[in-house]
Amino acid sequence: MNYNSIISSLPYTKPFLFVDEILQLDPEGCIGFYTFPIDSYFYQGHFKNNPVTPGVILTECMAQIGVVCFGSYLLQENKQDASSFNDIQIALSSSQVDFFIPVYPGEQVKVVSKKQYFRFNKLKCTVEMFNEEGELVCRGAIAGMMKI
Amino acid sequence: MFSFMIESNHIPSTDFIMTEIAILEKIKKIVTPYVQRKEGLEDFNDSTDFLVDLKINSANLVDVILDVEDEFNIEIDTTSMDGMLTAGDAKRIILNKMDN
Repeated sequence: MNYNSIISSLPYTKPFLFVDEILQLDPEGCIGFYTFPIDSYFYQGHFKNNPVTPGVILTECMAQIGVVCFGSYLLQENKQDASSFNDIQIALSSSQVDFFIPVYPGEQVKVVSKKQYFRFNKLKCTVEMFNEEGELVCRGAIAGMMKI
Repeated sequence: MFSFMIESNHIPSTDFIMTEIAILEKIKKIVTPYVQRKEGLEDFNDSTDFLVDLKINSANLVDVILDVEDEFNIEIDTTSMDGMLTAGDAKRIILNKMDN
C-alpha cells in the first residue's frame, strides 16, 4: 500500500489540503501529519494581528487525515479494482470536537484516528490531534459517508 | 364452551399484535433523536417513512440501524437496510430476524 497515492487521490488541493504525510494505516486506525504554513490564508483574518489556527480548520485537518484518508484506505482494501478509485464520493456527516490548546502558524500536528465503525458507507472515528510536544490539541468524533 | 374456544384461539394472535405494537414503540423511541420533522412522530405507524415523513438523513439512518441491532440483538445486512424505508419495513425485518 502506497500511502502517497492515497494523499494524491484526495479530492482536495491547496489551499484546502491539510495532509502532508501518512505514517500508519491499518484496518483499525490511521496516523498522519500536517504542518500549518505560516502564510496560510486564514491567518490574515483569524485573528486580527494575532494568528491562531481556526478550530474549523483543525477539525478539517482531523477529518481529512482521520476519516477521508483512512476511509480511502478501507475502501481500497475492500475493493480489488483500483481503477475506479478516483470516483470516490465523500460527505462529512457529523463532527463533535473539544479543543484544549491553540495551534500557531508553522506548527506541525499529528492526527490519530481510531475506527468506531464503518458500516453501510458510514465511517465514524474517534480522532485526536497532538502538537509537536505531544500535548493533546483537540479530540472528538467525526463521521462521514464514503463510497466508491 | 364455544366462547372459550374462540377466546383461546385469539390468545396467540393477541400476543402477536402486542409484540408488533411493542416493536413499533421501540422503533419510535430509537428514531426520535434523529428526527428532523417532529410532526412525523405524532402519527407514527407502519407507513411512516424515515426519510420522507421524519426527514432523517442517510448518515443518521445508519445510526438507527445500529441502534436497532443493539436493541433487538440482531444483525442487519446491506440488503435489509436497503429495504428499510418505513417503520413497518423495520418491524417486519426485526420480526423476521428474531425468528431466526
